[in-house]
Amino acid sequence: MHESFSSALAKLRGNSWPVVIGMVAGGAVVLFVGAAMFWALLALALAAAMIAQFVTFQEPVLRPAEQNPDDPLALLPPLTRLLLEQLPMPVMLLDGAERVLFVNQSMRDVLGPGLDRKRASAVLRNPEVLAAIAGAGRGEASNVPFTLPVPIERYFQAYAARVSIAPPVTVLLLHDLTMVRRSEQMRADFVANASHELRTPLAAVTGFIDTLRGHAKDDADAREQFLEIMATETARMRRLINDLLSLTRIEMNEHVKPQGRVDLEGTVRQAVAALIPLAAEDGITVTVDAVPDLPPVVGEADELMQLFQNLIHNAIKYGREEGQVTITLAEADGQVIAAVRDDGEGIASAAIPRLTERFYRVDVKRSRERGGTGLGLAIVKHIVSRHQGRLSIESKLGEGSVFSVFLPAAARENAGKAPSPQPVTEML
Amino acid sequence: MTDHTVKSFGEQLETLSALVAQMGGLAEAQFASAIEAIARRDSQAAERAVGGDARIDEIQIEIEERALKLLALRQPMAVDLRETLAAIKTAAELERIGDLAKNIAKRAMVLNREPPIRLTQSLARMGKAAQNQLKQVLDSFSSRNAEEAENVWNRDGEIDEIYNSLFRELLTYMMEDPRTIGMGTHLLFVAKNIERAGDHCTNIAEVVYHMVRAGHLANNRPKADHTSETSVPFETRETHA
Repeated sequence: MHESFSSALAKLRGNSWPVVIGMVAGGAVVLFVGAAMFWALLALALAAAMIAQFVTFQEPVLRPAEQNPDDPLALLPPLTRLLLEQLPMPVMLLDGAERVLFVNQSMRDVLGPGLDRKRASAVLRNPEVLAAIAGAGRGEASNVPFTLPVPIERYFQAYAARVSIAPPVTVLLLHDLTMVRRSEQMRADFVANASHELRTPLAAVTGFIDTLRGHAKDDADAREQFLEIMATETARMRRLINDLLSLTRIEMNEHVKPQGRVDLEGTVRQAVAALIPLAAEDGITVTVDAVPDLPPVVGEADELMQLFQNLIHNAIKYGREEGQVTITLAEADGQVIAAVRDDGEGIASAAIPRLTERFYRVDVKRSRERGGTGLGLAIVKHIVSRHQGRLSIESKLGEGSVFSVFLPAAARENAGKAPSPQPVTEML
Repeated sequence: MTDHTVKSFGEQLETLSALVAQMGGLAEAQFASAIEAIARRDSQAAERAVGGDARIDEIQIEIEERALKLLALRQPMAVDLRETLAAIKTAAELERIGDLAKNIAKRAMVLNREPPIRLTQSLARMGKAAQNQLKQVLDSFSSRNAEEAENVWNRDGEIDEIYNSLFRELLTYMMEDPRTIGMGTHLLFVAKNIERAGDHCTNIAEVVYHMVRAGHLANNRPKADHTSETSVPFETRETHA
């Protein structure tokens, strides 16, 4: 018995490894099945939670970091990602180190390209927004207003909140208030400008009405003369109001990227055709000189038309009698360059940087005589700035001036995607 | 400032860079408030600009301390060394811009007590031009873009030209009516401060260029500020509307 027991023990001892291995393997299989079920259940729960969040926009889901610690974005279902990408509201997701995980197209439109993996402070330096992001990282959601002052002033409300603790993810949403703020400001500016600038012609008209009622009552010659002046003054007021209205309209949309494609040569020729009679009065010849096969530009046709009408009109107004106005169109470095040249008196260099200020006039008397409103170049500047172009003014006293407009070229019809327009800063 | 848990040298450098960007953001905000104070006659904005200075100084000290620690303990080489130096230098320039913004804001408070004058709008536009330069140069710092920095450097002449024009106009203005001398002087200093801020932006542009390319932008910076040689002769006063 004893012998058999010990031999059995020996037998067992000799064969102990397969038994142990078997036991371990059995256990592992059980564990493996358990883990698989666990993950399957977890995946189901996650999917359900995502759908719930997708449908109800409710409480954020806390997701396990183990699933993919390198890329928390892998947790986003493709549909949610597409939705975020196409949301008209700028959205940014940041990780625990305040590094950009995701930005949608609207956010890229606001902050420019190349944002991925950068730190928040490198892409959005505004102190209030950075403080909001830092607060969100600690679990305090907040809503702060902020301004992007240059190149084109924009106003936003920024909302920052933590959406997940592990992995840490913070969301930053921007609500664009530019339109609202602009319309408030515009109304104030419009009233101020209009009342100030309309006062002079209005005073003149009132003065002549008084004279006509008074001692010029029965003087037919004086009456004719005064009515003539009153007509000129009221025409000036009308032009002023028109210019103020178009300036207001352009400023309202200055932060909205133009969408159309415009054939610049056609636009310029059309603008010239409308101004030929005016040029003929002073014996000025207007010529358009365009390189063949000019690419179209990204732009708003009506605004570009107004831009060239203003520039060509100025060239005629301030050009030499019997002189030449030349418009050259060329292409360089993905830009179309339109230069309007006159051979008039030219502009003093001290005045050049100020020309696009509203109501700035080099020579007040001359501008009044020529029926200028003091807004023509301000309108040009705002149109150029909306088109992310550049305006350059060169002038030599006694020789004339050149106003050059640089506009980003659009891709030709046969080419693929449009080149992303470089934000060119306009300093004037 | 929350203390980052430093894991690697690269991360230390990155934190330094993030601090510079953060300081840049503060300087931008402060400068923007100062210009707004001028443009909109907004004394609250002026107070914000004056109050913002303390935080900027704090961050500058933090940047310097971190940079010194990095130099002492890690002895960085090549681009790492240049980045460390660039952080110190840029922080110093930003601190100056902050001081200038503070000064502009203080003068805005005085100007806002006087009747409005159209020339402040021209100053505001000049301020915008400088803000643009500051934004672009800070962008170039963050994106390590030497070309963008060079563009900023080349564009400084435009601010100088606006300054020249304003300088002449203000002189003429003060000659016409001595009662405007008090206000005119404040406006002149505001213009000068904006012009100086523009110069600090070009200095940062030089720093960025050196950090990225290891070379120097040529010494002959386009300098278009001639006001140190400008006078308006008494006889040729022009009248402005």
